[in-house]
Amino acid sequence: MTTTDAPIGPGPPAGRGEAGPTVQVEHMDVTYRVRGRDRLALRDVSFRIGSRESYGLVGESGSGKSTVALALTRYLPRNGRVSAGAITINGQDLLSLGAGALRELRARTVSMVYQEPGRALNPSIRVGHQVAEVYEIAGAGRHESLERAEAILRKVQIADPAQVMDRYPHQLSGGMAQRAVIAMALAAEPSLLILDEPTTALDATVEAEVLDLVTALREEFDTSVLFISHNLAVIAKMCDRVGVLYAGELIEEGPAREVFDQPRHPYTVGLLRCIPRRGQRKDHGRLDTIPGFLPPAGHSITGCVFAPRCSIVQDRCREAAPPSFQINPAHTSRCYRHEIAPDLPRSTPVDLSLPTPEETAEPIARLVSVSKTFPARGGAIHALAGVNLDLMRGETLGLVGESGSGKTTLARVLLGLTPPDQGASVELDDQPLPADLRRRSRDQLKSIQIVFQNPDSALNRRHTVRRLISRPLSRLAGLSGQRLRERVADLIRSVRMEERHLSLRPNQLSGGLKQRVAIARAFGSGPRLVVCDEPTSALDVSVQAAILNLLADLQAKEKVTYLFISHDLGVVRYLADRIAVLYLGRVMEVGPAETVFAGPHHPYTEALLSAVPSIDGQRPTRIRLKGEIPSAANPPSGCVFHTRCPRKLTSGVCESTEPPLAEVAPGHLMSCHIPIDQLRTLQSNGQAP
Amino acid sequence: MTNIAAPPAAGVAVARAERSGDLTPWRLLLRRPTFLAGAAILLFWVACAAFGRSIAPHDPLAQQLLATNSAPSGAHWFGTDQLGRDAFSRVIVGVRDILLISSLATVLGTVLGTALGLIMGYLGGVADILVGRIVEAVLALPLVIVAFLFVVALGPSPLVITIVVGFVFTPLIARTVRSAVLVESQLDYLSSARLLGEKSPYIMAVEILPNVVPTILVEFTVRLGYAIFTVATLSFLGFGVQPPTPDWGSDIAHNYVTLGAGYWWMTLFPALAIASLVIAINLVTDSIEQVLAS
Repeated sequence: MTTTDAPIGPGPPAGRGEAGPTVQVEHMDVTYRVRGRDRLALRDVSFRIGSRESYGLVGESGSGKSTVALALTRYLPRNGRVSAGAITINGQDLLSLGAGALRELRARTVSMVYQEPGRALNPSIRVGHQVAEVYEIAGAGRHESLERAEAILRKVQIADPAQVMDRYPHQLSGGMAQRAVIAMALAAEPSLLILDEPTTALDATVEAEVLDLVTALREEFDTSVLFISHNLAVIAKMCDRVGVLYAGELIEEGPAREVFDQPRHPYTVGLLRCIPRRGQRKDHGRLDTIPGFLPPAGHSITGCVFAPRCSIVQDRCREAAPPSFQINPAHTSRCYRHEIAPDLPRSTPVDLSLPTPEETAEPIARLVSVSKTFPARGGAIHALAGVNLDLMRGETLGLVGESGSGKTTLARVLLGLTPPDQGASVELDDQPLPADLRRRSRDQLKSIQIVFQNPDSALNRRHTVRRLISRPLSRLAGLSGQRLRERVADLIRSVRMEERHLSLRPNQLSGGLKQRVAIARAFGSGPRLVVCDEPTSALDVSVQAAILNLLADLQAKEKVTYLFISHDLGVVRYLADRIAVLYLGRVMEVGPAETVFAGPHHPYTEALLSAVPSIDGQRPTRIRLKGEIPSAANPPSGCVFHTRCPRKLTSGVCESTEPPLAEVAPGHLMSCHIPIDQLRTLQSNGQAP
Repeated sequence: MTNIAAPPAAGVAVARAERSGDLTPWRLLLRRPTFLAGAAILLFWVACAAFGRSIAPHDPLAQQLLATNSAPSGAHWFGTDQLGRDAFSRVIVGVRDILLISSLATVLGTVLGTALGLIMGYLGGVADILVGRIVEAVLALPLVIVAFLFVVALGPSPLVITIVVGFVFTPLIARTVRSAVLVESQLDYLSSARLLGEKSPYIMAVEILPNVVPTILVEFTVRLGYAIFTVATLSFLGFGVQPPTPDWGSDIAHNYVTLGAGYWWMTLFPALAIASLVIAINLVTDSIEQVLAS
């Protein structure tokens, strides 16, 4: 590295710790040997985690986040090694530890919590014994270990630890299992706790609880935390300092608030612009995007790794990698042009003309008293219970709710993939739609299409892009020959891809491109209603922005109606005109997006909203849901939400009577016993119950 | 210096660097010594099957009554049998029938098994239950015995053996294909196809089948190994290839009684031939499985 202006090593410790840093990583390179070739996965990564400090690592998939975690525990796979630099944990040189000392370090000093709690627990050992094992290894007797296990499980707020200890991991819900894993990780009172995407597999409401727990425990246990996540809001909430990883390099580092409020590297700036924030909506203009793609592992970019995608790139950026520039004592950026980085020109023009759905719009599709019961052992699962919902022509209806609320079942009923119970009716243009897909006419099939969550699953991996997107055209739109070829070319360009992609297969495309192919496939038949089932949740933030823009553009052009399912309220708020909130297969609230978000809203909506962490600091009102969504096999009496409702009335009406879905304002329906004015007062006061 | 380069248009597909070093499955196979060894042996036997009569140093049927039971020597590498026929020539020529019958039988079993497996796995319901029970009933009996009974009933001929072995393998292959289809059934591309109004036969043949080909390929090679064993066993029991056609199984059957007299070569070499063929196929199978799994 040729050093120029103000080269410095890693920033000084900015943690609150008075003692030396818990972790010190200096100029670390990690190399994977793949098919006989060395590929650099991390390059010159340096950072410190002070004692009792919480340090966040953010980055998109492939940036090397997890490799850092593996390197810090020396759990790199056999083909990986730390090829340069030094790692010190609690003053010990990690890389020179022998097998015994390493085992000791893993047992006492460093603990790790992974993304999927279900895979971190041994399925054949009772939870109590797994937790107790940590104490037994530390030398405690069997009886004492079990007692201490119970104590730590209570500490991670498991309600009935004695009973939970007797269960097997599969009998725990996701949130509960993750608590148990955290309990195990903390049992050894480690100096460093590594959390690798600990809440990514959990619902927002459960995530909020787990994050609160981690915050509380960190205070209590005096532990340093390395928090790894792709979710910037989670990092903003949880961390004192943050490092941004891009293509294996730490490109920016500083206090979390400062990095997110005043980013000084073009990548960080771009990444933050990709996220719909502060109530941004599609009619405010497009989201900005980051052009291009993450360079593949083992790339050979000389100079700055971000240069190929940077809009303020200069010749010197391509000649030599920029050193770390000190912006202030705590904030560094690896960018020659860090001073102008905040004013990065937009990559995507703002302009966007969208038709606003007319006030008197006709419904294109209606769901009338749709119920769906799945037979199951020990009763039936009521996935949907009497749902009435209209989809207006040209609008985007956002469908939100926790997993298990029936969102996907609703979409499948509409599509005809799952037949609803007797007595339900699904109408398209006021004509009843046959429940069975095979009895729907070509025209009806053509009208409703879907973009699935995961393009890897939704695209046949043995078919070429050409085949994938021409089949709907030939099958439903009846095109062939020259006209088919022309339309295929149109279609591929309309999702911003090129004709040369037509001959490729899905595994030769990146995640974002695959999702574009899936969108092209859905739009091929010329549908009037497109169901988008979490279309961006499997994608990185920068890719998500481009897909959301594309969906908004296509809607403007093709005048389609969207049923947009998402657990990400920021995304729903950006795209949706109206929002329906689902809980245990029932509509809790439906109304114009802005009204639903602004409130007064249903207590469940309120809880969902306050569960979502925000990059821009915390919201004033914070209510927490206790526990997880009850089983749909045995829904609670009265209002199904009463078991978790923080604003439940004392009169007992919530337990006994199911509130009707009543109009509280024009177009705004809610199913709650609490009068709207009272809700307004409660919620505008920011009163937590 | 203010050369702010125009950024590439947002989200436009900039060529993703070629995944250098990614080899096609075929090239990966060719890098495996086990595959090369297996393929070499297999190729040798295929060549013998095709050109056996021209390769063989002697006529495998020619009896030399003056040179019966002679031990391996320069003139007769594998010795001669009780009728003075050259054992080496018989081994070389003997591969033809067993390889042909086994291959055809496996192809037959794979085609039928794949069709059944697709139907069971995709349509499910009554078809799955009905076929599933039949499959289990067939599997409950020892395969060789089932084949044996049919061959006895229909009379031994290469065609009968081929069909019987093929039918016997069908349920086994169907079961494997069915489980692969069930995995595919979880994926959204099938819903996507149904939403285009595709009919079941199209979905099974065009959407699912290409995705289960790797499973079928592995299953085919595994079954081929078993088929060789089964055919050899039938011949050994006298219900396979009929004398005087040179055949490993029947040669062993005719000569093993002379082992006690010290005439080991008449039995050993055909037995080694069977072993080498089965091992070669297993080596190839293992390599294919590993390449597909990686």
